[in-house]
Amino acid sequence: MNQNPEIIGTSPKRVDVREKVTGAARYGSDLKMEGMLYAKVKHAEYPHAKILSVKTGRAKKLKGVAAVATAADVPGNPAFGAIIIDNQPIAGDKVRYLGDAVAVVAAETEAIAEKAVSLIKVKYKELPGLFDPRDALKPDAPLIHEDGNLIVHHKTRRGDIEAGFAAADRVIERSYSVQRVDHAYIEPEVVVAYFEPDGTLVVKGSHQSIFNIRSAVSGVMGLPLSKVRIVQASLGGSFGGKDDVMSVLSCRAGILAQQTGRPVMLSNSREDSLIESYKRHPYFMDYKVGVKNDGTITAMEIKMVADGGAYASMTQFVTWRSVVHATGPYRVPHVKTDVYGVYTNNTYTGAFRGFGSPQITFAYESLMDEIAEELGMEPLEFRRINILHDNDITATGQILDHTVSVGQALDVTTSASGWEEKRARFPKENSGRIMKRGIGLACSYRGVALGAEGVDATGATVRIHSDGSVDVATGLVEMGQGLKTIFSQIVAAELGIPIDKIQYRPTDTSLIVDGGPTVASRSTIMGGSAVKKAAIGVRERLFQAVSEKLDVAPEDLIAADEKIMLKNDPSRSVAFLEAIALALETGLNLSCFGWHLSPPIWWDEEAGKGDAYFTYVYACQIAEVEVDPETGKVNVVEVWAAHDVGKAINPDTVRGQIYGGVATAIGYGLLEDVEMVDGVTKTMNMDEYLIPTAMDVGKINAIILENYDKYGPYGAKSIAEPTAELCAPAIANAVYHATGKRIRDLPLNLERIVLGHKLIKKKRRVR
Amino acid sequence: MKKLKLNITVNGQKHTLKIDPNLRLLDLLRENLHLTGTKEGCGIGECGACTVILDGRAVNSCLILAGQCEGREITTIEGVTPEDGLSPLQQSFLDNGAVQCGFCTPGMILSARALLDHNPTPTEAEIREAISGNLCRCTGYTQIVEAIQAVADGREEQQGSL
Repeated sequence: MNQNPEIIGTSPKRVDVREKVTGAARYGSDLKMEGMLYAKVKHAEYPHAKILSVKTGRAKKLKGVAAVATAADVPGNPAFGAIIIDNQPIAGDKVRYLGDAVAVVAAETEAIAEKAVSLIKVKYKELPGLFDPRDALKPDAPLIHEDGNLIVHHKTRRGDIEAGFAAADRVIERSYSVQRVDHAYIEPEVVVAYFEPDGTLVVKGSHQSIFNIRSAVSGVMGLPLSKVRIVQASLGGSFGGKDDVMSVLSCRAGILAQQTGRPVMLSNSREDSLIESYKRHPYFMDYKVGVKNDGTITAMEIKMVADGGAYASMTQFVTWRSVVHATGPYRVPHVKTDVYGVYTNNTYTGAFRGFGSPQITFAYESLMDEIAEELGMEPLEFRRINILHDNDITATGQILDHTVSVGQALDVTTSASGWEEKRARFPKENSGRIMKRGIGLACSYRGVALGAEGVDATGATVRIHSDGSVDVATGLVEMGQGLKTIFSQIVAAELGIPIDKIQYRPTDTSLIVDGGPTVASRSTIMGGSAVKKAAIGVRERLFQAVSEKLDVAPEDLIAADEKIMLKNDPSRSVAFLEAIALALETGLNLSCFGWHLSPPIWWDEEAGKGDAYFTYVYACQIAEVEVDPETGKVNVVEVWAAHDVGKAINPDTVRGQIYGGVATAIGYGLLEDVEMVDGVTKTMNMDEYLIPTAMDVGKINAIILENYDKYGPYGAKSIAEPTAELCAPAIANAVYHATGKRIRDLPLNLERIVLGHKLIKKKRRVR
Repeated sequence: MKKLKLNITVNGQKHTLKIDPNLRLLDLLRENLHLTGTKEGCGIGECGACTVILDGRAVNSCLILAGQCEGREITTIEGVTPEDGLSPLQQSFLDNGAVQCGFCTPGMILSARALLDHNPTPTEAEIREAISGNLCRCTGYTQIVEAIQAVADGREEQQGSL
């Protein structure tokens, strides 16, 4: 039973923010140590080349240089990876993109390390490069890795695709593409590595999923998992971006710490980060849709090619999420979807908030508007005919046995935005004015947590101390999303104590068992459930002690207002502190571990079907834009974003997630593009890689929908990622409404709006 | 490299230092004076994480040489934090959910303070312009603008200076 429900659904002050507003919070770059060395990386000079020799003699002789390491100095496995072990922290035989390292240097200062890097001479045999994943799939394409250029091929199959098209009155085909984008967390990647006297390697830094990083470091360093400690510093943004790249930095710094016996800091400049860190996958997407004249979709055949870049990273999982969701939140009886993830010599791609959904949402939501127009229907009307309802079956054959709220999301956003009236009024007004107004929408559904792509389980420890203070530890990490506060609220609710009694313990792999990665918007639903179990477990021990004292049954007790009291007679109570003393006197253990395993789900890779996720969230976003047809500038005037979160445990943080996700998607829709030409990154810093400023983000109306979910703590599901998957297509549809220009490639930058194609910089900027 | 002598006032405290002529103000603050609340995000004056107040104006400390600050006054995030408690802007950022990862926060607060020092009653558009040199990837700026607006409107209790 929920003991102290009033704190669930409120927004107490975040527990991690006081130190952030004073500047006292310690981020990775603030972790200076006695005797610390600074590392720099010698990067590859060709996007695809055999390494013939690496000459480090002159670098080693430079005064102030402590160590220069090459692939020969890697003590353990040469590479790491989630499924395919292909990512080499220091490249040995060949380089596969310009972010590869051929050597790393540790020196007394960064300037000396940089100078030493310039003295390292590498001989290469250049190999033909592959920069378009469609070229990489050709039979005669050169091989980037020995086992071929195809990383993965996923499929979804439902019904009979030919029968589906035969039943259609029309078949509509469209192609879309999306660009490579960077997480653009404001804090670039940084680690400090050192050895404890007992031989344990400690790597502190800007880590996201600490257990994934531990696993990579353990393998590459040849150390047991128990002798690797990954400790998270305050994290200056991540969005899925500080996993593989942090493994790479951790291994490089770890090797140098081993060679020198001193602490080593490796911090990426913004240029290093843009060249080296993984990005969101560019996709090429071809859709063929059968529809009846009454607006019913009969079939969808979809083919997508994702650019995985030089290493597999999360490509198998990212593209799996795409293959599951490719048809959008619609009833489609006949489905044939194929998604290919492919190696190229571009910067590798991996997890980024959305994880295979922002790409496909842009395609299928642009497409819904295009089909509606072909049928002479309004976009809203066409969607209403086809959207999923309770107990409908998805493209993968899964029956949706929870509240399917995409219709509700459409209702509230269209009503709040004045949709019908603006759809009718703007075109009339636009003919007489220079700046053109438009309004567009997009909706989506999204599987919660990891899904059938892997085992999904996580743990938490709650400890009550003798003075009434309480701490909580989990293996999931705060990265700004508010996890420490949400988990503290859950403990406060279950123990009936104020939130300021609760301390969140450091995120450190040596403190708790592996609880999986902090990804997939899984922390509240999975981690929150584990925290709740741990808090209930420890509370039961207090109840046991109190039940003896009051001579009542433990199940008749509740914890609230810092007391343990009789449910039916609150006057009979024991203070929280006294209950602790009673429990300790009888030798009870006031530390409890909670473990939460997701409900059973399955996926048949061969058949392309399954119950992919144990529950889903639904959303709709509407964007109102103003377009200057002379300059191509698009202003996002206002956004309405409705997201079903199950239950908002902390509404302020839910709104914060919505605002941030919308802003990121505005960047994806209008501004951002990591331009690469023949493997060379053209956007080298934030003067060229543009993310939205406060002046680029208009008013955002965050609308929280709550439909209780049986699998979530207090009915809560998730938020983080769906917020970032909708605004780009909503903007594209709004731009079409404003101008009549349908743009099928992101971003909708000035040149695409005015010229209809993008402009490319030819000259390489000196780093 | 010949060292320069520098007299500089940081957060009200006078310092006399010998520095390298190529030392950035950002490095002087972080490395020499250990004021690590000032952050570096890009090194080219685009992200605003290194914002400090120089003689009343918000500036990017990565673009200023320490040697240019002879006789001048600098305020960092450490300097706006009262001995006990928080300044109204800091409190308002806390109260309005304006902080997520927090990496942009010190710079954001200093840009906001420089704005309010010169224009105590800004419009929303003026607030957005004043912080447009401070990039934030987490918040979509909405709660940051609300937090600054709350101080300007006097809704956030005044506890000493801004």
